[in-house]
Amino acid sequence: MLRKIRLALACVFFTIITLLFLDFTGTLHAWFGWMAKIQFLPALLALNFGVIIALVLLTLLFGRIYCSVICPLGVMQDVIAWFGKKSKKNRYSYSPAKSLLRYVVLALFVVATVAGIGSVTALLAPYSSFGRIANNLFAPIWQAGNNLLAYFAERADSYMFYSTEVWIKSVPVFVIAAVTFIIIAILAWRGGRTYCNTICPVGTVLGFLAKYSWFKPVIDKSKCGGCTLCEKNCKAACINVAERSIDYSRCVACGDCIGKCRKGAISFTHPAKAEKREAEVVGASDNLKADAGRRAFLAATAVVAGTSILKAQEDKVDGGLAAIEDKKVPKRTTPIVPPGAVGLRNLTQHCTGCQLCVSVCPNGVLRPSSDLMRLMQPESSYERGYCRPECTKCSDVCPAGAIKPISVEDKSSTQIGHAVWVKENCIVVSDGVSCGNCARHCPVGAIKMVNIDPQDKKSLRIPVVNEERCIGCGACENLCPSRPFSAIYVEGHEVHKTI
Amino acid sequence: MEQNRKELDRRGFLKKFGIGAAAVSAASLYGCAGKKSVGGADNSPEIGEVPKDQMTYRSFPGLGGDKASILGYGCMRWPVIPNPDGEGEIIDQEQVNRLVDYAIEHGVNFFDCAPVYVRGQSEKATGIALKRHPRESYYISTKLSNMSNSSRENSIRMYKKSLENFQTDYIDYYLLHNLGRGGMERVRERFFDNGVLDFLLEERKAGRIRHLGWSFHGSKELFDEMLSMHEKYHWDFVLIQMNYLDWKIPKGSKISAEYMYEELSKRGIPIMIMEPLLGGRLAKLPDHIVTRLKEKEPQRSVASWAFRFAGSHPGVLTVLSGMTYMEHLQDNIRSFSPLKPLDEGEKEFLYETARLINQYPTIPCNDCKYCMPCPYGLDIPAILLHYNKCLNEGNISMSSQDENYAKARRAYLVGYDRSVPKLRQASHCVGCKECIEHCPQEIDIPRELLKIDRYVEKLKRGTL
Repeated sequence: MLRKIRLALACVFFTIITLLFLDFTGTLHAWFGWMAKIQFLPALLALNFGVIIALVLLTLLFGRIYCSVICPLGVMQDVIAWFGKKSKKNRYSYSPAKSLLRYVVLALFVVATVAGIGSVTALLAPYSSFGRIANNLFAPIWQAGNNLLAYFAERADSYMFYSTEVWIKSVPVFVIAAVTFIIIAILAWRGGRTYCNTICPVGTVLGFLAKYSWFKPVIDKSKCGGCTLCEKNCKAACINVAERSIDYSRCVACGDCIGKCRKGAISFTHPAKAEKREAEVVGASDNLKADAGRRAFLAATAVVAGTSILKAQEDKVDGGLAAIEDKKVPKRTTPIVPPGAVGLRNLTQHCTGCQLCVSVCPNGVLRPSSDLMRLMQPESSYERGYCRPECTKCSDVCPAGAIKPISVEDKSSTQIGHAVWVKENCIVVSDGVSCGNCARHCPVGAIKMVNIDPQDKKSLRIPVVNEERCIGCGACENLCPSRPFSAIYVEGHEVHKTI
Repeated sequence: MEQNRKELDRRGFLKKFGIGAAAVSAASLYGCAGKKSVGGADNSPEIGEVPKDQMTYRSFPGLGGDKASILGYGCMRWPVIPNPDGEGEIIDQEQVNRLVDYAIEHGVNFFDCAPVYVRGQSEKATGIALKRHPRESYYISTKLSNMSNSSRENSIRMYKKSLENFQTDYIDYYLLHNLGRGGMERVRERFFDNGVLDFLLEERKAGRIRHLGWSFHGSKELFDEMLSMHEKYHWDFVLIQMNYLDWKIPKGSKISAEYMYEELSKRGIPIMIMEPLLGGRLAKLPDHIVTRLKEKEPQRSVASWAFRFAGSHPGVLTVLSGMTYMEHLQDNIRSFSPLKPLDEGEKEFLYETARLINQYPTIPCNDCKYCMPCPYGLDIPAILLHYNKCLNEGNISMSSQDENYAKARRAYLVGYDRSVPKLRQASHCVGCKECIEHCPQEIDIPRELLKIDRYVEKLKRGTL
């Protein structure tokens, strides 16, 4: 019964959290956005004490229920392990805890997070890993399915579905997500919750608390016949039948063992005083397979930018479309982060790199950074769209307080950067035509057109930027006709300010 | 009663043999019984077989023995397919052959082209399709499109190229293309000062050009001036834009079609008609106007009204229509096989309809694509046509308080992304005004694009 409740809840949480990453329309977030916000690390980084206290109490009461129900990465491993179990029954066995590895990883994680090395945080945090996998691997499939529906909807003259653009936002992050998925999938297939009990810092912290939880699975020694059926079905490899003991720091309270025991020797209850015994043997010399794997590919990533060029022909005949070259990312001295992020430091300190904001950005602005220090954390760029004035989606969904909630009104007065005019690229200068598209689309009127020759009121006009009024939304950069590099681009600000 | 019983007997008979749904064969059976019940194969002009030998032809004393079909095939809108060898689109030659064969089979013998049509591919494709028929079975009409380079050498090269494209040694109808923008001054530059017109007159004398005329999109002054030269050059025919919308109410600096028609008729100059349907605009009308037309002629298409209007004028030699699809070709053949001229009452009805249409603020774009390619990659006609489509379907909102605002907003925005790739939408217009001079409808394109862009921006921000 307990197992069934756990399974049902886990299915609900997993499905909806996955959908949060897949749903690009933003409807689901209004209802279920909280599911991302109760994730342990994001809540911790957001200093969301209510959630933290609730999760701690939950663990002190029932053990690592969090890992079995709320954590999407944990449930994903269960799904994979379930298939693994189909191929071979009773496949697990007890293994001693790798405590040293667990504490080293945890320490590394804490140090990196405090020091603001976002890339390490993002690599190790379980929710982030899942977010990356969902965003990079699952979302494209989801979108392709949507686009197929949109294709048929268009032919049926229906506006029910509209197609979205599927693109790889960052090659390194895509590779990281793919490798993470493969490693975790192999570990889960073969050994169940190996990842959760060796690498996962959240698992380590909660495991520490779970040792003292009120309810836990307890082996009744008088009933146990020593058949090891429970041990062979424990995905956390934490039941030691020989000693009739369970390592509660690794037990994820899944309840599988309870149902498996033919003698009814295991029950989920408050342990009798006599049961209080520790069996923690430290096995230090173990391979660091998973960790080493990650590091290896990190060193070996390369960025390949693919460009597709739209074609057209050049003779002056009727019809046809002129070629449009893809825009390239300009070199920005300071990266741009979306309004609500408050500043680079706040974002780096709080962001777990879960990609939720990247998933929901409807304008193709946010993408994971490839910078080593901020790897996988979001940054803005305006080749595909700009940070539209009516949109606050990223700030609505961020569970970690890295992008704080911001209203549309506040957004339009938050300066996240300022526009810079590049004379050489401007078509008014280079081609001698009139333009002004940047000024026309500036939502705050920060761009004015002035005569190239101040003496000649009839001369062509070039844009000038009032840096004080510019909010850095990138409308000018995105809509600038100059390609591949815009003649006006946005330089980020380290700390955002209200104008 | 008698008939009724017979029918019942038949029904019983059919039932017995279990042929419940034999609608088509049943049609002929019922036909015998003297009751008019049609299964789709009747031979009335509106439905059933497309008539093959009913086409109306026109001839004029000045054009020798020419008998032109009142339906002329405009070759500006041939179907295209993605180029299998890479870039862009190419004409779907197979389909063109099929359309040309079908047209000729059903009595169409007039084909009008220009070197610039369909990105310069039209003449050649039309030539290939026509070459498969005897040269004397059709008339070729093409134009001197020396707009972008009007030097004598280039103009003559263009003319020779047309002969080559059509694989022929004479052209039946040759036109000075697109007189209008730039006025008489530009006409002089293009044809008079460089001696091109003299060259063409020589070619006419030599019989390589059988008839010489011009196509017109300009002002009254230019029109009058061109006509005043009739004595000197003897224009064999003139191509004008004419339809029931332009007939009385001139747009912008234009003159009414009525004036042009009367002036040409007075001089006995045969008239070729272009844009009888305004690039499909008179077929895609707002719902209430469609209802109005359908009420009068439930079985005829909306487009047929426009074609019959153009054809009803006796001074008209041929009505050109750019038919991309077989069903358009078939519908137009029906409208003209034979032409049933409109009576005065029906004409009045159309003038009233025109008045109603003009109250509707559609952008007068006919999708001729003269404005394209836009140097900044915009798909101008697609942007304008999407706006018109939404307007006709009632999907343009005046304010967010409108009853169907949510639906209209979605239809506009989702449809916009579907019809025009993001990079080619109105927001990318830099306002360079390159397009303006190419538009024969004198649309202030940058202004319209800006208007649409502002509207879209309001929809997106929800500030309408």
